[in-house]
Amino acid sequence: MNDAIVEIAMLVTFVLMALWAVLATKLLRAVVALAATSVLVTLLLFRLDSPLAAVFELSVCAGLVSAIFLGAITLTQPENEAEVAVSAKERIRRYWYLPPLLLLLGVALLQVALPDVPTTAAAADDVRKVLWTSRHLDLLGQITVLVAGAFGVIVLFKEARKNER
Amino acid sequence: MLTLFVLVPLLVLLLLNISWRALPRIVPQAAVLVLGFADVVFGLALPTLPVNSEIPVLSELHFGLVADDLTRVFLVSIGLVICAAAFVNQESMTTERAHRNFCSLLLVSLIGMNGAVLLSDFFSLYVFLEVTAIASFILIAIERGIFAVEGAFRYLLLSAVAAMFMLTGVGLMVFTIGDTTFSAVHESLTIANGSPLLLKMAVGIFIIGLFIKGGLVPFHGWLPGAYSSAPPGVSVLLAGIVTKVSGIYALVRIAQDVLVSDPSLSMILLVAGSASIVVGAIAAIGQSDLKRMLAYSSISQVGYIVIALGAGTELGIVAATFHLFNHAIFKSLLFVDSASVESRLGTTDMGKMGGIGAKMPWTGTTTGIAMLSAAGIPPFSGFWSKLLIVLALWKAGREGFAILAVVASVLTLGYFMVMQHRAFFGKPSTQLDSVKEASAGYVVPAVVFALITVLTGVFFPLLKDSPLSFLLLNKGLSW
Repeated sequence: MNDAIVEIAMLVTFVLMALWAVLATKLLRAVVALAATSVLVTLLLFRLDSPLAAVFELSVCAGLVSAIFLGAITLTQPENEAEVAVSAKERIRRYWYLPPLLLLLGVALLQVALPDVPTTAAAADDVRKVLWTSRHLDLLGQITVLVAGAFGVIVLFKEARKNER
Repeated sequence: MLTLFVLVPLLVLLLLNISWRALPRIVPQAAVLVLGFADVVFGLALPTLPVNSEIPVLSELHFGLVADDLTRVFLVSIGLVICAAAFVNQESMTTERAHRNFCSLLLVSLIGMNGAVLLSDFFSLYVFLEVTAIASFILIAIERGIFAVEGAFRYLLLSAVAAMFMLTGVGLMVFTIGDTTFSAVHESLTIANGSPLLLKMAVGIFIIGLFIKGGLVPFHGWLPGAYSSAPPGVSVLLAGIVTKVSGIYALVRIAQDVLVSDPSLSMILLVAGSASIVVGAIAAIGQSDLKRMLAYSSISQVGYIVIALGAGTELGIVAATFHLFNHAIFKSLLFVDSASVESRLGTTDMGKMGGIGAKMPWTGTTTGIAMLSAAGIPPFSGFWSKLLIVLALWKAGREGFAILAVVASVLTLGYFMVMQHRAFFGKPSTQLDSVKEASAGYVVPAVVFALITVLTGVFFPLLKDSPLSFLLLNKGLSW
């Protein structure tokens, strides 16, 4: 019962954070909300016995991608208050239907009887063992992702700063 | 041996960046060309190569990589497009530093794509598609122009959304069957133990992520901006192979190895494919920028590949794979030609090109060949793959979709004729007096790709019994 409450709370927070990410009027807040969404996905993945997926989500989506977003924001020019107000109005005009649509989808999903989840999933320890000992290729991929991320920071930001000076 | 497709580029990348200050400009360029060429050669010779277990060190580093004819088609395509992108980059990148960064990121992209087509596991596929995506958005924004940064930002945002879908799918797979390999998922779906509905949902969610990465309608918003604002070499890479490996390869793999002849998948693919064909073709007609028009054309052509998969038969998979190869070649050719024009005029606005074919005969001729192939005109390669697609749909009882494919082909011919008329045909204006043919770095890959397009088309009837029969997945089908 407690587990169910925790999971429902996490899913609700996840949806709220995701909504904040797309509705925020400041890019910086949107990035923070997206990072928070990623952290919640990470927690959910841990609870679903997918530790490597969770670690990857945390390191790449919440970490690396957020860093690149932040870097990109430093290259942009912020809007003034009047422009922000116009953008907010425009956003509401264009996407007013999203919250009711989401609500309707949620109600519809509640009406669908989801199948019983089988209990054949491996125990958390087994999954960790399998993932960490026999999936070297994924680790190689992660290393390459980090190398690519480092290139990104150097190519897009460090050199841009150098040129500005 | 398969491990080397991932390890060697990674090693070369690290070596180049440890010592690049001391190396002349030609070295990173040569490294990319050699590794791209190696993909082509080893892709062609794959069945004759030793397996990892026969090589002492590699037997410990197998990584579970596997290769079949579909992998070979992709390795050859990746190699060819990487080489073309390197050639174009050599001509278009102005500073030495930008050129070296570009070469390094091309290698990262190569690692990602090689890994993606060699593995047989959903989670590993996700990891290597992310490698390719990160390299791609840095490449798009590499020159830091305002539109390029915007294009990269859009691509990054949608990639993040796609990654969320894919990870959720993977999470559900681990949750339901405790395994993410293609074979385990396929087995669980066919013997219907556990919870096939939940597992099917997991694969479905993963596929939505692939639709976004492949730029299929309605997830195509990022694609025209990314293709048109990227530097010329990057456009060639993205349009030629990256979106195909990122989205479409995995769809073909799932249709072939996981959800074999699944009716619900077929319907989704037919609808998404048709929407992409029509929306892409109609949007292409109204474009005045050459690169944007080619980007919308890509959406339409990818629709053909997806609709062929929707036939749900072996012939459909063969047709999709063959069109994928052809599209990789003729679309790369079109983007190389657009880079040639941009290098001479400094713009890709078709209104400013009128009659440029007379000034740039090689570019004009190769564009014509690619255009006719894209429109499915015989005897070019695109004719045969589109014919196979129509046949596969007709034989599968999807006559309506087959007719749509034929009608949309006329639309394709229409927008390409408009392009040829506005950009290449006619008498050149006096403003183009000083324009000359593009340099060899553009013309050489364009001619090679045009030759592949012509020869594959002309010799298609002999393809089935030739060493290149892997392009048809060695299925031995009769049509």
